Amino acid sequence: MAEQDSADTGTAVEKHEVPTAAPGTAVVSSDRVENPGFEPHRPRVSDLSPEKEKQNERRVAGLFFASMIGAVGSIVAYIALPFEPGDPASVQLSNMLIGLGIALSMLGIGFGAIHWAKSLMANEHAVEYRHPVRGTEETRARAVEIFQLGNKESGFTRRKLIRNSLIGALAIFPLPAVVLFRGLAPDEDPVELFKHTMWDTGVRLTRDPDGTPIKASDVTIGSAFHVIPEGLGESEHKLEEKAKAAVLLMRLKPEDLTVSAGREDWNYQGIVAYSKICTHVGCPVALYEQQTHHLLCPCHQSQFDIKREAEVIFGPAKRPLPQLPITIDSEGYLVARSDFEEPVGPSFWERSL
Amino acid sequence: MANSASAPLRRTRATGRRSPLASVALLVIGLVATGGAYAAFTSSATAQSTASVEALVNEGEKLFIANCASCHGLSAEGTDNAPTLIGVGAASVDFQVGTGRMPMAASGPQAEVKPTQFTDEQTAAMAAYVASLAPGPAIPAAEYLTGEGDVANGAELFRINCAMCHNVAGAGGALTEGKYAPALQDIDPVHVYEAMVTGPQNMPVFSDLNITPEDKADIIAYLAYLDDNPSAGGLNLGSLGPVSEGLFVWIFVLGSIVAITVWLTARSN
Repeated sequence: MAEQDSADTGTAVEKHEVPTAAPGTAVVSSDRVENPGFEPHRPRVSDLSPEKEKQNERRVAGLFFASMIGAVGSIVAYIALPFEPGDPASVQLSNMLIGLGIALSMLGIGFGAIHWAKSLMANEHAVEYRHPVRGTEETRARAVEIFQLGNKESGFTRRKLIRNSLIGALAIFPLPAVVLFRGLAPDEDPVELFKHTMWDTGVRLTRDPDGTPIKASDVTIGSAFHVIPEGLGESEHKLEEKAKAAVLLMRLKPEDLTVSAGREDWNYQGIVAYSKICTHVGCPVALYEQQTHHLLCPCHQSQFDIKREAEVIFGPAKRPLPQLPITIDSEGYLVARSDFEEPVGPSFWERSL
Repeated sequence: MANSASAPLRRTRATGRRSPLASVALLVIGLVATGGAYAAFTSSATAQSTASVEALVNEGEKLFIANCASCHGLSAEGTDNAPTLIGVGAASVDFQVGTGRMPMAASGPQAEVKPTQFTDEQTAAMAAYVASLAPGPAIPAAEYLTGEGDVANGAELFRINCAMCHNVAGAGGALTEGKYAPALQDIDPVHVYEAMVTGPQNMPVFSDLNITPEDKADIIAYLAYLDDNPSAGGLNLGSLGPVSEGLFVWIFVLGSIVAITVWLTARSN
């Protein structure tokens, strides 16, 4: 065992200067933690009583045996409880027993080994000091010598043409990766993609998922329809288009709606359509309360008031949900008057609004 | 062979005791008899049922005035405390009274499920009375309530139309200001159907024009499937997703990691 006093010689810890007190102050403060030294050595029960030692030995062996039982048990569970095809619930018991068996087999070894080390292996205090980080002068001189020899033999500093062309090659070789990965970006301007959806003048509002068109007379007071644009099923990027164009259609009493100037013809006899994509971070907002006419976003509890053009009344969203202007066509089906007048969904860097 | 087989057949026909017209006559007699009997029976049944419907409506009106009119108005026209019931239909009454939501025990964010206050006959009488006020959604036909149907289609419709409030496993979820979407486990299919067509409280209406009765039957089949098939993934922790699972991981899993670390570094006694 090393002496306490030699502890300082090899440590990397910087000595902290005790601040000297200004004249006139009574208290000298020091933030240096006192070295508490070692606790007095205390023998364990296994060191004192052979009975306890035997007991701990049995415990360690018991844990190792438990590990064996677990490993074998999980194999038995796998064979004895096969999965029934078509009955997902049959997986439940089998998976649980296999998992418990494997956990027991691994934890048994781990806990046994630790318990062995703690209760039975040699019980003494030992101190191991850090080595100084700095090498000896001799080692340092030899390292410099090796570098210089390498430089001399390769001619790295002498043959400037080779050195500079190597640096040039190293600078240029990552460029193909930059060019190739850049090619993965969409051809179109992503900002334009964000700004437009599948909705356009005359596009019919259809039911999600089957795509059947919706008559204005189908939408009774208090109804909520989950809407996709007509032709979504045939579009090339179905999910991307749906993520932008998903709409919730609701019918309120026309007198309940507060309509701002310029939006008078955006609803049809109290039928309103709003983007389902939250303006906060883009979760689908569809928790519609038909008595309060509030829409709740389940992710961060933003609330929108449908009576007042989806104004934000609670939560982190900053902008109202964009409204889809709608009307009916000659056959009585609901159609969009145009695309949304602003980008749907959360804010993005180039969004001008 | 063909000749010997057809010869006795022809002979039987020629010597048969029945006239060729006998089967036709029999058919006509049968049709007239059953048709006449049916007509006689249905006309008397209609007369009977008209009388019994009237009795039912009268009974329902009495029950309504005694139990509902203080909030909903003497002729169901609604008051400041409660909405009008004109046009809500029999399905609405059967749902609200049949699940114990009405009459409400106390005003609150929404009506709670509690033991039903009326017998099935009384509920039917009130439903008949409310249905007689104005046309509205009727109590659904039993063919849509069997729990048999296209579970996959029902699950897709459920995810699109219902899961955002009721949770994808039907475990229910919170709404605003104390309101909530109730859990849908072990609910009587007739109440599931009625809730969709009537839109009780803050639930939107999903009329037959939005989701067809066949699709509603598929949704009911999906809920029945959820009731019959427990989660394959072990403990579902209320099927609440990341909320309960995260809580479990933070408290129990991190707790046991801390406990093991403490045990690892503690000295043996």
